[in-house]
Amino acid sequence: MQKGTKLALILAALPFISLVFALPLVNRIEPVILGLPFILFWIVSWVILTPVILLGAYLLEKKFNVPEEEDKQ
Amino acid sequence: MNAALVIIFGTIIFSSLLGIYAGRRVKMNLENWTVGGRRFGIILIWLLMAGEIYTTFTFLGASGWAYSKGAPAFYILIYGTLAYTVSFFLLPEIWKIGKRYGLHTQPDFFIKIYDSRTLGVLVALIGVCSIIPYLQLQLAGLGFIVEVASNGAFSSHLAIGISFLLTCLFVYTSGIRGAAWVSIIKDIMMIVAVGVVGIGVPSIYFGGFGKMFKALIAQKPHHLVLPGSTAQMDLLWVMSTVLLTGLGFYMWPHIFSAAFSAKSAKTMKRNAIVMPFYQIPVLFVFMVGFTALLVIPDLKNGDLAFLALVNKTYPSWFMGFVGAAGAVTAMVPSSVLVLFASTLLAKNVYQAGFNPRASEDRVMRLSRFLVLVITTCALIFALFFPSALVNLLLMGYDGVTQFFPGVVFGLFWKRVTRIGVLSGLVAGISIVALLVLGRHDPFLGMNAGFVALVVNVVFTLGVSFLTKPLNWRIVKAK
Repeated sequence: MQKGTKLALILAALPFISLVFALPLVNRIEPVILGLPFILFWIVSWVILTPVILLGAYLLEKKFNVPEEEDKQ
Repeated sequence: MNAALVIIFGTIIFSSLLGIYAGRRVKMNLENWTVGGRRFGIILIWLLMAGEIYTTFTFLGASGWAYSKGAPAFYILIYGTLAYTVSFFLLPEIWKIGKRYGLHTQPDFFIKIYDSRTLGVLVALIGVCSIIPYLQLQLAGLGFIVEVASNGAFSSHLAIGISFLLTCLFVYTSGIRGAAWVSIIKDIMMIVAVGVVGIGVPSIYFGGFGKMFKALIAQKPHHLVLPGSTAQMDLLWVMSTVLLTGLGFYMWPHIFSAAFSAKSAKTMKRNAIVMPFYQIPVLFVFMVGFTALLVIPDLKNGDLAFLALVNKTYPSWFMGFVGAAGAVTAMVPSSVLVLFASTLLAKNVYQAGFNPRASEDRVMRLSRFLVLVITTCALIFALFFPSALVNLLLMGYDGVTQFFPGVVFGLFWKRVTRIGVLSGLVAGISIVALLVLGRHDPFLGMNAGFVALVVNVVFTLGVSFLTKPLNWRIVKAK
């Protein structure tokens, strides 16, 4: 596996950790942030952070991966 | 004639005309019909994907879940986000194989990777069995929305009949390109409707969503944390469900194939980055469901929450706009469902299973003919036997997710074998049928489909180790 893909995979694990495995820790109402119960605030934050994370993954792949023939098109 | 009726009817007609127009000057062969000639850039791909993914469930189901179940509804916000993260790595690889071998459908992919027509036919049949009830659900949702939104002026049966004949027509003439174009109207109308109502109703009744939540926390705090107002949908259920549906998302045959329409692997990667933003409207839909729970708490059917609250709050012409948005929101995914159900039957069951010598032209003509047959079948089910397919519907997501090990191992694991994938798939589907039909879903607190997926992976791995490996050159060939 190329280095960029490896780094990208590590980064992409973040939404899985926070949106699946961390759920037991955030299943509560308090503190209410920006008007949202905490569990909803947590989920919405990660929904908004995920595109940023994927953009980071994209840039990492671009920087560290040797492009394959089919990627160049 | 009331205003709502004019808006709904006008939108249905205009969308269909646009769909038909989309296919003009394109010579229709299988390549253009199913994957748009593999020429879609980021905008068309985004429209197509969003068009397929955000269905009537986004309107009725998500608000209904927020209304009657509460916090378990949040799973909808999570699984899409996980699915887009998976797609970032998966879809570009799927696209490359598709481009290299000129694939059109998901069973094509299995046939090529595993060099097995049996596997292809099986995948096609499971796909079609999952698609038809889903299609019927869209039909029923459309009828329901239009009838309520037009205040009964446009009957459910009439709405279903008219809009589906028209959908059928634009699929027939324009294929996937028609769906992508109609999606422009669908996306704009849906975002406007959901945005206006989602921001509007909490402000009108409570002066903002923060105050709305404050009132809800004061009245029903348990509703907003898991398991909400349900007995069974606790943490373990949500965790297993988002894993199942997050992984299974792109295993739907029509969504899988959409990856082939892109013009490059890079387009698919970029699309994965922007897709999560499309989850924001779901948050607005939740706001509507929660507001409805406070304002009109006695609805018998939670799925009515969105429409009932709009009806109570806004003038009838706006109700018509919502109805029209609901109608196109059903038409776009339906068009793609019909398209791929027909292509799977023609190409992967008829040609791959019974008549490998059939020419591509013949497969194309058969696919088009099957569009009419499948639409008619779905119409008959929706109009006369609305609950006949309910068991298949329950199994749909669980069923298509069983393709996941075959797709991922096929792309990334050299040791996988066709017998391994076949036995994993059969084991997975059997567990799904056993648990869901035996009413053991959730099983031990987990989503039954997830349990089946775990068994599937174990079988695929175990049997693959015991059998002779594949010719890996198919994936890695340059």
